[in-house]
Amino acid sequence: MRPESESQLVEALRDAGGPVEVRGGGTRLAWRPVASDVLETGGLSGVRLYEPGAQTLVAGAGTPLAEIEALLAEKGQRLAFEPMEARALMGTSGTATLGGVIAANVSGPRRVQAGAARDFLLGVRFVDGAGRLVSNGGRVMKNVTGYDLVKMMAGSWGTLGVLSEVSLKVLAKPPVECTLILRGLDGAAGVARLCAAMGTPYDVTGTAHLDAGLAGEDSLTLVRIEGLPGSVAHRRRALLEGACAGCDSVEGEESAALWRAVRDVTPFAGRTGAVWQVSVKPTDAPRLLTALEAANLRGPAICDWSGGRLWLLLEESAAAAVALRTEVAALGGHATLMRASEDYRAGVPMFQPQAPGVARLAERLRATFDPRGLLNPGLMAQTPVGPSVGEPA
Amino acid sequence: MQMPQPDPRVLALKPRLLSELRAVLPGDALIDAPAELLAYECDALSAYRCPPLAVVLPRSTEEVAAALKICHALGVPVVPRGAGTSLAGGALPTADSVVLGLMRMTAVLETDYANRLIRVEAGRTNLSVSGAVEAEGFFYAPDPSSQLACAIAGNIAMNSGGAHCLKYGVTTNNLLGVKMVLMDGEVIELGGAHLDAGGLDLMGLVCGSEGQLGVVTEATLRILPKPEGARPVLVGYASSEIAGACVSDIIEAGVVPVAIEFMDGPCIRACDDFSGAGYPDCEALLIIEVEGSDAEIEEQLAVILEIARRHDPVELRESTSPEESARIWLGRKSAFGAMGQINDYMCLDGTIPVNALPLVLRRIGEMSRDCGLDVGNVFHAGDGNMHPLILYNANTPGELEKCEAFGAEILKLCVEVGGCLTGEHGVGIEKRDLMEVQYAPADLEAQMAVKDVFDPKWLLNPAKVFPLAVSAPRREGDVRDVG
Repeated sequence: MRPESESQLVEALRDAGGPVEVRGGGTRLAWRPVASDVLETGGLSGVRLYEPGAQTLVAGAGTPLAEIEALLAEKGQRLAFEPMEARALMGTSGTATLGGVIAANVSGPRRVQAGAARDFLLGVRFVDGAGRLVSNGGRVMKNVTGYDLVKMMAGSWGTLGVLSEVSLKVLAKPPVECTLILRGLDGAAGVARLCAAMGTPYDVTGTAHLDAGLAGEDSLTLVRIEGLPGSVAHRRRALLEGACAGCDSVEGEESAALWRAVRDVTPFAGRTGAVWQVSVKPTDAPRLLTALEAANLRGPAICDWSGGRLWLLLEESAAAAVALRTEVAALGGHATLMRASEDYRAGVPMFQPQAPGVARLAERLRATFDPRGLLNPGLMAQTPVGPSVGEPA
Repeated sequence: MQMPQPDPRVLALKPRLLSELRAVLPGDALIDAPAELLAYECDALSAYRCPPLAVVLPRSTEEVAAALKICHALGVPVVPRGAGTSLAGGALPTADSVVLGLMRMTAVLETDYANRLIRVEAGRTNLSVSGAVEAEGFFYAPDPSSQLACAIAGNIAMNSGGAHCLKYGVTTNNLLGVKMVLMDGEVIELGGAHLDAGGLDLMGLVCGSEGQLGVVTEATLRILPKPEGARPVLVGYASSEIAGACVSDIIEAGVVPVAIEFMDGPCIRACDDFSGAGYPDCEALLIIEVEGSDAEIEEQLAVILEIARRHDPVELRESTSPEESARIWLGRKSAFGAMGQINDYMCLDGTIPVNALPLVLRRIGEMSRDCGLDVGNVFHAGDGNMHPLILYNANTPGELEKCEAFGAEILKLCVEVGGCLTGEHGVGIEKRDLMEVQYAPADLEAQMAVKDVFDPKWLLNPAKVFPLAVSAPRREGDVRDVG
């Protein structure tokens, strides 16, 4: 199925007789391959409105991300949440779409300062699993009219409905960027530096620590600042006198290349193993790595967001999944399996199990918006089951 | 604005309700004396009043859960209340409801500067959250005008904004986690100290749901390091068209001020008379504030002033001292007081696309002449959030209704030009009956279906947000008697 309009999307979902895999650009793995029809969103493409002076963009959900980014760049603007280019990591081809980025709530290193994809999403139009067209939010930045289904749709991975149109807040791209670099720190020392940098008034827009061997021999601890030239010079000086004492610094393309690697998790591309994305409190990141090391399960790690998001490359073993999720649950975060072989995916759910009360609400929401259990069935469900119908047990 | 008739079944349950609540709550946590109930008969939308059946003032999540469980079992509606500062009637009771007030839950539970967060009980006031971390150089960014009084619980319910959200976002962008109690008494936690939901973003749904999905008792909030300094400039223009073009150019140039405030002619003159701020007599006034070190402020202001000059201002005032900065803000900060001295007023809260500003102000001016009520406009210009203040005399019979009708026309205009009914105050009862202007039936159905999930019996703040006729089957229907 490849609807070319909202009304065709409504028809396609109303008439669907079985499971539907929702596919944007196909740059991410279809998680739990079940016999299903594929619904491609590429036909729902095109920029509907772009007003640089109002920082607003409205586009069809199937619009290629690259097209949006090129359009914004012409006016010196960008998607501040810095969505990743996932193809190399995932080993996929295809063209990332705006709707796919939103459905997966994909945010890059700047999320630590600017916010996530969901924070820039102003409005959505979507068709739910029963073929009902729903509009929520709008194109203005402050809007508390009714419930915020916009947030609900961001990160819902196509399980509640298929996005047809999204509105986004866009921001200016500052003229200058600079990265301060420390080499050779261990994870705990690196995270401590990053947290200290985020605690300064210098508006740091990226904080990452990469294990030794991922980008050169030594570990790298990176702090990014962006802004007008005078401002970047001031902040660089201030950081070098405090939280980032002893750092080297690079600017321009050299700085940008470092952050592209962090954003796209390039060091893990082409390497075997399961790729996990873990969300914890930044200062818990070293604790988690130590626990994995004690269990002989520690693999290479990238601590983005000061440690708040870890990218981990672990062996594809049941023990690794259990150990990781147990540790993460104890710390109060969550671990998402982002890339793995089909066999591994068949046994390990993509998402961290939730507390029963929360899982029950989520299950009821899915049953409400997708009563026939057609959309990406089982992807977000607590237990790997097929189509879920009605109330949970 | 109508409210549903009280349910005689619930009114008849009052003695049983009170005795069951008394059995699980400390003596001073339950209020039922008629004179004391009057303190809870309204919020800041004081034109509408109704004392509730009873008021519960718990001191812990457990007490909240115990009270909700009883109300749930008996089918008694509950109206959650933070500090009662809602301008939309969000905390307005019905005669058959229990008000559940969080003002005794004000503790700071945890401050964590390395991870830049604070965990508080939700009855704590907005400003005192910043106060708790100020000594370490941090602050909590969302700053609604009522921040001295309003509670975090209400901020979350309404997804409150403030003057500085152009740079820092609104409540939902600064909220990391909540502990909340569902209507049936179940306690759940959403989010936490980490970033992003590990499944569906239920916390994103709860924020801004106007107390209809659950009662938030604890919140984990993002705190930020205070900027090194801040400085405003004041620019006056001969028309709102020119001021609007200036705002658009500043944003397009890539400078992000923390605030761009706009006042129109009537408002400028009223504020100046009231506060003696020394504002120029002109048709549009912008206050633009930037942050950073002195050098950074100079750098940003150079860009802004160059743009401002290009638009031929009638006045341009740079601040050179904290005293001058305070004077620039003085008039704006006293805008509501200034208008209130002239007459009673109703404060609206629509949002429009920034470039629709001149058109909308012109149409508001025409409508004002047609209906004979004066209106002044203050406006968070960077993000399009307008606050037209309509002046009326509450003692003149029929004038409140006339004022409400005028307000409704302005909000419809906001929607017509691509904006929305409310930018930061919420729907409450005030804009409830206009929801169908902005949303199609399927859009409202989708939102109500979310409430079905969290509160199947529709007992939490049920008469708000959705037009009464639209929510009636759910509020009165079979769902109430099952489950």
